[in-house]
Amino acid sequence: MGFFRFFRSNKEDASAKVAKDRLQVLIAHERTGRDGPDYLPMLKQDILDVIKKYVAVGDDAVSVQLDSQDDCDVLELNITLSEDSTPATQPSVDAKRRAMERRQAAAKVT
Amino acid sequence: MTKTIVVTSGKGGVGKTTTSASIATGLAKRGFKTVVIDFDVGLRNLDLIMGCERRVVYDLVNLVNQEASLHQTLIKDKRIENLYILPASQTRDKDALTIEGIARVMHKLKKSDFDYIICDSPAGIEKGAKMALYFADEAIVTTNPEVSSVRDSDRILGILQSESKRSKMNEEPVKEHLLITRYNPSRVKDGQMLSVDDIVDLLAIPLLGIIPESPSVLDCSNAGKPVILDDESEAGQAYSDAIDRLLGESKPHRFMEAPKKGLLSRLFG
Repeated sequence: MGFFRFFRSNKEDASAKVAKDRLQVLIAHERTGRDGPDYLPMLKQDILDVIKKYVAVGDDAVSVQLDSQDDCDVLELNITLSEDSTPATQPSVDAKRRAMERRQAAAKVT
Repeated sequence: MTKTIVVTSGKGGVGKTTTSASIATGLAKRGFKTVVIDFDVGLRNLDLIMGCERRVVYDLVNLVNQEASLHQTLIKDKRIENLYILPASQTRDKDALTIEGIARVMHKLKKSDFDYIICDSPAGIEKGAKMALYFADEAIVTTNPEVSSVRDSDRILGILQSESKRSKMNEEPVKEHLLITRYNPSRVKDGQMLSVDDIVDLLAIPLLGIIPESPSVLDCSNAGKPVILDDESEAGQAYSDAIDRLLGESKPHRFMEAPKKGLLSRLFG
């Protein structure tokens, strides 16, 4: 083994380098969750509540990420609707009212 | 002034108890009145590493529940003057500990003129680990050059910064130290192991010491002797250096270089 290793320039595919690269990405990602502003979980919950008014989605359908790039913060919103996302079984009172207003407005135009 | 230092890591099996035993012993050897507390309630092991397992009568839970006095609970080390061990309970679980109860114990220790309180944290980020770090002034984050250990160390740093008493009271933050254990310079040289620089770069906290992988660590734990008492071994010397740095001395780091190999052993080793 040592004989072959001696001739192979293995610095490129050395596993320690892979380990460091993986950790760099992972730790940076985990720190944003930790150091992010405290309103992020609440914001996420509110967005989720709004979506749930219209579509039946799971509690993990929304992901909110705050990333810093140079001097600007990027708020990244990811909403996953699965293939079989059905409309929420019971539209909320709010949703019903807004739908009615919309239809009435449309009716006036025509 | 009493200083409380937690030895923590998140991940298990990286050397927290070995480190707690050696750091406490090293400080006591330099003349400081020191107590080392085992917070791993239910999985007591510090007593074995310190070699006092047959002298445990009362434990931390008895003390927290006021079933025994501090004097009855502390075990005085037979080798080193000024060194005391406060064992964990083996029969209870971590829910037996409360912040108020631990606060009372800490207060009693401070009134008994201890210079250093070393808290040996259990693995994980559950109640036991949070109790161990709550009162810390300083933290020794023990890390192996291995992906899961580095990740868990970063997680525990986040907890130190948000859930320690100092953070909750908006006091000066807990002083963090990185201690890399089970370091193998030859494997680092071959690119098979994360290097000191890699880990310091990732975790971004000051380096307290590097403990090389050494057979004497197992030898000493077999015998119930803190490895820092083995002056001959590299691990013992590395812990001794770490004590000097903890006390504010600046010392160059040792045991980072692989021993030079001859051509033949490089070809056939």
